[in-house]
Amino acid sequence: MKVFVDQDKCCGAGTCVMLAPDVFDQRDEDGIVVLLDGQPSEGLHPIVREAANVCPAGAITVSDNA
Amino acid sequence: MAQDDVEQLLRYPIPNESALEPPANWARLRQRCPVARVALASGDEATLLTRYDDVKRVLSDPRFTRPTPADNAARVADVESGGVFNSEMATVLPQHGEGHLRWRRMIGKWFTAKRMNALRPGIEAMAERLIDDMVQQGPPADLKASLGFPLPVWVICDMLGVPDSDRDRFAAWSDMMLSMTRFTQAEIETAQVEFGRYMAGHIAAKRAEPGEDLLSALITDTDSDGERMSDATLVATGMGLLIAGHETTANMIGKMVAMLLADRRRWEQLLADRSLVRTAVEEALRMDANSGFGMVRYFTEDIEIAGTVLPPGTTAVCSMAAANRDESAFDAADEMNLGRSPNPHLAFGAGAHSCIGQPLARTELQTVLDVLLRKLPSLELAVDVSDLRRVEGLVVGGLRELPVRW
Repeated sequence: MKVFVDQDKCCGAGTCVMLAPDVFDQRDEDGIVVLLDGQPSEGLHPIVREAANVCPAGAITVSDNA
Repeated sequence: MAQDDVEQLLRYPIPNESALEPPANWARLRQRCPVARVALASGDEATLLTRYDDVKRVLSDPRFTRPTPADNAARVADVESGGVFNSEMATVLPQHGEGHLRWRRMIGKWFTAKRMNALRPGIEAMAERLIDDMVQQGPPADLKASLGFPLPVWVICDMLGVPDSDRDRFAAWSDMMLSMTRFTQAEIETAQVEFGRYMAGHIAAKRAEPGEDLLSALITDTDSDGERMSDATLVATGMGLLIAGHETTANMIGKMVAMLLADRRRWEQLLADRSLVRTAVEEALRMDANSGFGMVRYFTEDIEIAGTVLPPGTTAVCSMAAANRDESAFDAADEMNLGRSPNPHLAFGAGAHSCIGQPLARTELQTVLDVLLRKLPSLELAVDVSDLRRVEGLVVGGLRELPVRW
């Protein structure tokens, strides 16, 4: 799995960080998403997919090809 | 608009006697009339959207935001100014593009997941104290007055650095500013002036003697362009956060607990498996059929929705609550499934304008539910579900009170 985030789209809702704090973080100065782990381990795949699915700004994409 | 036309239109908000169940015609609107002409409390005509995909797309569309007073859009409230969306508070805050982004990012740092985790122990301790006080008074109790209202008020006051002992004053101003049919134009204007003066007073005091709070920080912080917030923006931001930070969550705590107790098997399921608290909170947000007016968008160019081309000048009302019951987006959408996951509901909106306080609301709802399950496992409704009464006449929805015993 490969994870991509779009910081321009991000609205700083923090939903992804609350779900998967090992994969996503937020910049302290404005709350915008920071990707910590672009290729998370398999155990995290379901929660990362959920984070992408519920992101209010559609700022997270997940690719399963890699 | 001629009176005859108004009478043919569906009235919006759709009258609903039930405190927790959706109006019967939501499903019919989604299926047969996804772009519906409706008459608002003002008598003005608007276009109601009820399908999940349409509501999400319109709310996420960066071209469109709330109308400004200059747009001559449909008015939400039955008073001349049209209500809160046309208030000075709403118009001072930047709504579009880069200006909105810079403003939002100045606030965003106060609502990060990290900050919410840091707030959690304090929220938990306050919830415990409020529940202890309620228990000491003995059953039955009004859970909204004892816990649902004072908890989020305390949290947002603490963040902003204003005394929560003033809560009755700004709760009254807040109700007036959120009026749809309950208050007169004069009452709404007085509330705006008094609330604005109150907030300006706090900002002046913090400028003289800064604290460790959000308002003190916003006075000196600069945005990504190196600009400071104007005094008018500071006052409007403080009022907006104070109103949004307590009304919505206070109501949601009551509605969430009511939904979970209305069928007590839900409460028992949570007692047996506390790990469901997070998804149960999301499901309560999705199932909330009494969430209030919805979100307004003003179209400045053509947009096609469900085969209908809506022209510039259209005022659209996005019903997130109706969209959250859309069978094409959620399996068994009318069933409350406490483990539902993922749950991409639209209770907080979507896109660049989605609720900035949503991580705080989530943290408060999860914490309060956790503490209630732990301290009052025997909690139950003290009245029949059919006797629960809605808050009427405001753009936010809620229960007037939530009588419980344990």
